[in-house]
Amino acid sequence: MASIIQVQSVSKSYWRDSFEIPVLNNISLDVPEGEFLGLMGPSGSGKTTLLNLIAGIDRPTKGKILVGNTDIATLSESQLAKWRSHNVGFIFQFYNLMPVLTAFENVELPLLLTSLSKKERRDHVDMALKVVGLSDRMHHYPKQLSGGQEQRVAIARAIASDPLILVADEPTGDLDKHSAEEILTLLERLNKEFKKTIVMVTHDPRAAEKAHTVRQLDKGELQ
Amino acid sequence: MKVLKLMLKNTLRHKLRTALTILGIAVAVVAFGFLRTVVTAWYAGVQASSPNRLITRNAVSFIFPLPFAYRDKIARIEGVETVSYMNWFQGVYIDKNQFFARMAVDAETALGVYPEFLVPDDERETFLRERNACIVGADLAQQYNFKLGDVIPIDGDIYPGKWEFVVRAIYQPRDKTVDGTQMWFHWQYLDERMKQEMPGRAGEVGWYIIRISNPGDAGRISEELDALFQNSRAETKTETEAAFQQGFIQGTGLIIQLLNFLSFVIIGIIMLVLGNTMIMSARERTKEYAVLKTLGFSGGHLTVLLAGESLIISLLGAGIGIALSYPIVGLFSLMVPKSWFPIFYIEPVTLVLAGGAALAVGALAALFPIQRALKTSIVDGLRFIG
Ligand SMILES: Nc1ncnc2c1ncn2[C@@H]1O[C@H](COP(=O)(O)OP(=O)(O)O)[C@@H](O)[C@H]1O
Ligand SMILES: [Mg+2]
Repeated sequence: MASIIQVQSVSKSYWRDSFEIPVLNNISLDVPEGEFLGLMGPSGSGKTTLLNLIAGIDRPTKGKILVGNTDIATLSESQLAKWRSHNVGFIFQFYNLMPVLTAFENVELPLLLTSLSKKERRDHVDMALKVVGLSDRMHHYPKQLSGGQEQRVAIARAIASDPLILVADEPTGDLDKHSAEEILTLLERLNKEFKKTIVMVTHDPRAAEKAHTVRQLDKGELQ
Repeated sequence: MKVLKLMLKNTLRHKLRTALTILGIAVAVVAFGFLRTVVTAWYAGVQASSPNRLITRNAVSFIFPLPFAYRDKIARIEGVETVSYMNWFQGVYIDKNQFFARMAVDAETALGVYPEFLVPDDERETFLRERNACIVGADLAQQYNFKLGDVIPIDGDIYPGKWEFVVRAIYQPRDKTVDGTQMWFHWQYLDERMKQEMPGRAGEVGWYIIRISNPGDAGRISEELDALFQNSRAETKTETEAAFQQGFIQGTGLIIQLLNFLSFVIIGIIMLVLGNTMIMSARERTKEYAVLKTLGFSGGHLTVLLAGESLIISLLGAGIGIALSYPIVGLFSLMVPKSWFPIFYIEPVTLVLAGGAALAVGALAALFPIQRALKTSIVDGLRFIG
């Protein structure tokens, strides 16, 4: 199957006050379409950094990243923003919902950037909330939901605009065992039923079990 | 306006903080409007002055008189229409706190050179006919409940003795810029008594008011007039009424300048209050802005989000402040004697200034948070721990 994500000899450093912090060192990685990839590794090994590069919210210091045949380094900031809104669904460890918006409004947020009509947006949001099983909570605010429910709203937000890939950064890191299980089952379903390509960072072995492939990152190098 | 709902909900997020900020701005706008109104009231005399009136006073000082004999010489200067004159009479009515302008005027000409004092014809005639008649402004009449036929007893100080004047006319100020709190009586009445009791002070005129046909001639006429009395016992100084009024309030000019300056300091304070609120709010939401950017929202969207919130707060505050200014200024003008600030009302330009300042402050207060939100990279924003 064709690679949907190609990471080619990527290095990444951060600079703090003129001294360099090397984070990723010459990473290459191919992710085929429909893959459910787990990225594991100790804290500080660069997992989040790699995920951010793939998702186009950060730029590599060296190397090239192709996602669905787009070389994302060639895009300007605003092109990249637009590209993200069409192609990438984000799931964060701490959900990152807007606290002042209801579940419905949070899921609708990325759709505001599309040309969809109000009615079409409503249909998309209803659909996404149904997939994550929260249709009955659409008018709840994040603080009225449990952690697991918040993460499911975040997943609904990530899939609402039907992106090419889903990236998840420790999606179960802040959840109890039971809720974590639900989230992982949901991601598995999105991968199997909806054929979503997923890249998931985790250091939870049970989470990694659900992935087809698991790659280990250590001190900025892929094992 | 994709972010409108989020903008509104953000504004209402910390209801107390937003309410206090709006209140702070409203109070500042009221204070601004109030100070500006006081300043305007001081300068109202200058603004109300007529360009075709000249004032001739004693060159040494306003408090020294001029001879009555100057009148006919002045009248002969080309371009002079009418020559009128008055004396500052002062005196005590009831007690020293009852302050309003009491003047001895040349009844025949005074209402002609001050057409902004509107008097019904029949009242004017009675006033002209009776030697001890006086005319009072409608605002003064209201304050002391003066009615036609009432006698106003006054203890003279500059002109000693017991004086009594009968109210024979009440004038209406033509518009808001005209002082409605003056009291005028016949100069001839004053002069007759001076002839009998203090002959040395008879024939004294406080200052001349000269109506000229063409304001453009003011310079030439003033020069000719002052030249006429050069080297005489009482040299004159002639200027336009506006210049005269300005000189009159020069002593208080510093206080007025201070008030004027303060009114703009207040705008600076609004700015700090709102700026502080916006910076706090924006800082707390650093991570949310990063999430919005991650989802594909642009710098333009964040700018609208932040500037919109700032403008909503500043304009609401200004609106409430402007609405409150009317009753507060109204209450103040009821509480202080009308004659302190004869002309006391909120000028439209004050409201425009307050509204404009609120708009500018709203935009400026958002500037720093916007700049910060745009500059912070997504990865730094997501890692931000408030
Ligand atoms: N924006 C950043 N600025 C500076 N240093 C960073 C930044 N992001 C990550 N790092 C550093 O890079 C290293 C890897 O971070 P990260 O990718 O978050 O690791 P992981 O997700 O595997 O825990 C850490 O040492 C971290 O401090
Ligand atoms: Mg991480």
